[in-house]
Amino acid sequence: MMSNDQRLVHMAGQILRNFAAQGREEAIAATAEHLTLFWAPRMKARAIAMLEEPGAELPEEVRAAFAALRHPA
Amino acid sequence: MTFTREKDFGTPEAMGAAVSLTIDGQEVSVPAGTSIMRAAAMVDTAIPKLCATDSLESFGSCRLCLVEVEGRSGYPASCTTPVAPGMAVRTQSDRLRKLRRGVMELYISDHPLDCLTCGANGDCELQDMAGAVGLRDVRFGYEGENHLEGCKDESNPYFTFDPTKCIVCSRCVRACDETQGTLALTVDGRGFASGISASQDESFLSSECVSCGACVQACPTSALIEKTVIEIGTPDRAVVTTCAYCGVGCTFRAEMRGEELVRMVPWKEGKANHGHSCVKGRFAWGYAQHRDRILNPMMRGSVDEPWREVSWEAAIARVASEFRRLQKEHGARAIGGITSSRCTNEETFLVQKLVRQGFGNNNVDTCARVCHSPTGYGLKTTFGTSAGTQDFDSVRHADVILVIGANPTDGHPVFASRMKKRLREGAKLIVVDPRRIDMVRSPHIEAAFHLPLRPGTNVAVLTAMAHVIVTEGLVNETYVRERCDTDAYAEWAEFVSEPARSPEAVEDLTGVPAADLRAAARLYATGGNAAIYYGLGVTEHSQGSSTVMAIANLAMATGNVGKDGVGVNPLRGQNNVQGACDMGSFPHELSGYRHVSDSAARSLFERDWGVSLDPEPGLRIPNMLDAATDGAFKGIFIQGEDILQSDPNTTHVAAGLAAMECVVVQDLFLNETANYAHVFLPGSTFLEKDGTFTNAERRIQRVRKVMEPKNGYADWEVVQLVAHAMGLDWNYTHPSQIMDEIARLTPTFAGVNYAVLDQRGSLQWPVNAAAPEGTPTMHIDHFVRGKGNFVVTDYVPTDERTGPRFPLLLTTGRILSQYNVGAQTRRTANVEWHEEDRLEIHPHDAENRGIRDGNWVSLRSRAGETTLRAKITDRVAPGVVYTTFHHPDTQANVITTDFSDWATNCPEYKVTAVQVMPSNGPSDWQRSYRAQAEASRRIEPAEPAE
Ligand code: SF4
Ligand code: SF4
Ligand code: SF4
Ligand code: FES
Repeated sequence: MMSNDQRLVHMAGQILRNFAAQGREEAIAATAEHLTLFWAPRMKARAIAMLEEPGAELPEEVRAAFAALRHPA
Repeated sequence: MTFTREKDFGTPEAMGAAVSLTIDGQEVSVPAGTSIMRAAAMVDTAIPKLCATDSLESFGSCRLCLVEVEGRSGYPASCTTPVAPGMAVRTQSDRLRKLRRGVMELYISDHPLDCLTCGANGDCELQDMAGAVGLRDVRFGYEGENHLEGCKDESNPYFTFDPTKCIVCSRCVRACDETQGTLALTVDGRGFASGISASQDESFLSSECVSCGACVQACPTSALIEKTVIEIGTPDRAVVTTCAYCGVGCTFRAEMRGEELVRMVPWKEGKANHGHSCVKGRFAWGYAQHRDRILNPMMRGSVDEPWREVSWEAAIARVASEFRRLQKEHGARAIGGITSSRCTNEETFLVQKLVRQGFGNNNVDTCARVCHSPTGYGLKTTFGTSAGTQDFDSVRHADVILVIGANPTDGHPVFASRMKKRLREGAKLIVVDPRRIDMVRSPHIEAAFHLPLRPGTNVAVLTAMAHVIVTEGLVNETYVRERCDTDAYAEWAEFVSEPARSPEAVEDLTGVPAADLRAAARLYATGGNAAIYYGLGVTEHSQGSSTVMAIANLAMATGNVGKDGVGVNPLRGQNNVQGACDMGSFPHELSGYRHVSDSAARSLFERDWGVSLDPEPGLRIPNMLDAATDGAFKGIFIQGEDILQSDPNTTHVAAGLAAMECVVVQDLFLNETANYAHVFLPGSTFLEKDGTFTNAERRIQRVRKVMEPKNGYADWEVVQLVAHAMGLDWNYTHPSQIMDEIARLTPTFAGVNYAVLDQRGSLQWPVNAAAPEGTPTMHIDHFVRGKGNFVVTDYVPTDERTGPRFPLLLTTGRILSQYNVGAQTRRTANVEWHEEDRLEIHPHDAENRGIRDGNWVSLRSRAGETTLRAKITDRVAPGVVYTTFHHPDTQANVITTDFSDWATNCPEYKVTAVQVMPSNGPSDWQRSYRAQAEASRRIEPAEPAE
């Protein structure tokens, strides 16, 4: 079973793959928008926090999508 | 309402141009094609009849309905003779009276005269007709040969067949053929020796009969009669209400004797069901009185303690104080709620209002998360609105019907009957399903194509269909140009045209023969009006949302949206799952599908409710459970939903619930989720409250209270009590006021109120100034979003893969007689049809493993293991196994994983890699779960009052 962090990364990866046919940059932007619209604040906050954590295993595109998120209120 | 039977016009309605005639001198104008009998009934002239009833085509066998027509010789049967312009009909004359009496005499001479003690006494058409024709004596005597010795068939749990009361009018046979489409009954023998029999002279229970009750309703005597009528007596009042089981939304007359429900009779005026129903709605309501129902609130300190019955005040006070404490200690977003698709729109609206206004966050979700959330996402993205495009009646105009990932005869039986009727009339059927569902081949129906795809490859199959349509020039170019976003179309067309998307290229992956796929695509694109009906076999995948969009793409490309007979039609599961979604049960949406970040929409609510609302989306159910195991989510209010049994990966759900400090469950029964609850609030049944449900065709229909809530409060009242305890100023005295608030705050519901609903029977949203009478067909001149949006749907294989350890694919579903987790249906006689969940396995896979039919087998996935018995059948393809999830002992969801739809987190129920092996008993999980469930259901006797 996945940990909760792994699950966030997995979900983001899944979203990216479904947008992938649009091209890399578009897919990253579409994923960031999707997360903004559908992820709860604590999930977004966790995603942003993971960017800073050395141990976090983030595939490159997932990292880019997380980096495009704004900190939720 | 006092008791009157619904008027029977004798023959069905006709649609032709107006024709004028006279009946007993009275001028009448009716549509061409109307029978004389119906025309007479329209001016309240009742012509005696026995074999005719307006739900069935006329048959003309009893000869009781004879009339005289000026200028014609003889005495034509009024039920089979259509009206003609200028016709002059006489319904009464000495000669007619004599003829009719002669007919009645023959019937009565072979009929037991125990009317006074007969179950149908006072509600029998034979009795009525004897009176109507003035029968005073019977010349033939009863000593001649007769049928009075026949033996009763009481095998069906809900109705009896007494052949001695049968007049062989064949209404039952025709009801089974025409209305239900099961063709289970026949008239055996000829002439005097004829009689009714089920299938090959079997009992009703062991025959093909699916217990829909259409024959019982059609029977003019007590030959076929509900057992409850025999037990309780004939009803004395009737209230029209809506079925609380599935998304077809059949309406019924609840026929009552005092406070007791005698029977449910499908309402002929009901626009979703037109007087038909299935076994669940008509018969399976006994759970409402079941002794397992919990009628008093209960609490406990921790989940290993037994339950203690407490007062409503104590229970509600605990809920409020715990929720407030948790928010104080862990933040405003540490609690949330789950609304129920089984409850009314009004109740659902209140639960999400409690969360948004009272809890101050958006942590609200609903069981649609696990079924049709991808429909919401997919149809909103492509068409602009989160709902099906048609009404059910639309199927009458369909020429090609594509059923994908749905099993209508089991899941949506009444609509399946309509669909089968259309197919018997000649419409063509395409079935896309891993399993050979009943629709593929049933009496008088044969699918033109069955594409038995490998579970998880929907997107590849639909994109290959699109490939055929685009590359073979079958696109409706005019439609696309006028109605759709042409840039999006061009991009999509280019994508699907790539050789890699062709049927040949994906054949190995999908398992669907390319030639069949091509032929099916051509039929869909060129066969006339083409309608797609789909179910959870589409949505419950890691690409559920993509599949919905792929379906929408196909419909747009072929011009099959925006008129009768076509469309994209999700067959929604629960009675009010459409409504629950409409009411703002999702964490990112306010009622009417407006995103919480939309400040204009939010301010509407803020003004009305006097609070400011959280602009950030809340947690979805699986996210709530994750947050709980992280220690960030502490309390939940769950109304009418059993997430422990119905949601995937039971172990994970259990861990999430166990990590919370205050779990509040409101339900009829101590369901599985309640094993983890601290407070239990008893719920009320649909018979005990007022409100509305919205069915799969967006049809809003009234639910009416027929008896007082046995638990003391309707569910909306309980939510209001919680709101009061949390300091909210709610003042609803009737659900109609809640609907008024919904209408005030939701543009698509602007014109809905109880007065209009009572007057019109039902309304399909949007109901507003532009469409005051509702909207049966959507997107007629333009899509709700403006231009139809083609979305590229790339096939992405699921992460759930078969391999040496888990070589088979498990897919799940349900059957006709049971409903979802079975909390209700398992507490009715419906268990006679389905005592346990079984695992369907192909003979080949069974043989490889040494499994025989009926053997216990273990079913194991990466998530867990359970055991159940095997059923060997070639309905499933080699490599695929199938089971239902109706029984808690099986716990099929111990097996399902927590993979989910990429866009909505709708769980991937339909694909789990598993291994199946012979076994000799319950799995460890089953054993320990059963022990824990029993322990957690203990109820301490209430303390005596001081
Ligand atoms: S109950 Fe329904 S299926 Fe059964 S015999 Fe009657 S009409 Fe046919
Ligand atoms: S059982 Fe009822 S409906 Fe059927 S033939 Fe006999 S009397 Fe008619
Ligand atoms: S088809 Fe659905 S709504 Fe109709 S009676 Fe059956 S369960 Fe109820
Ligand atoms: S009612 Fe017309 S022939 Fe029976």
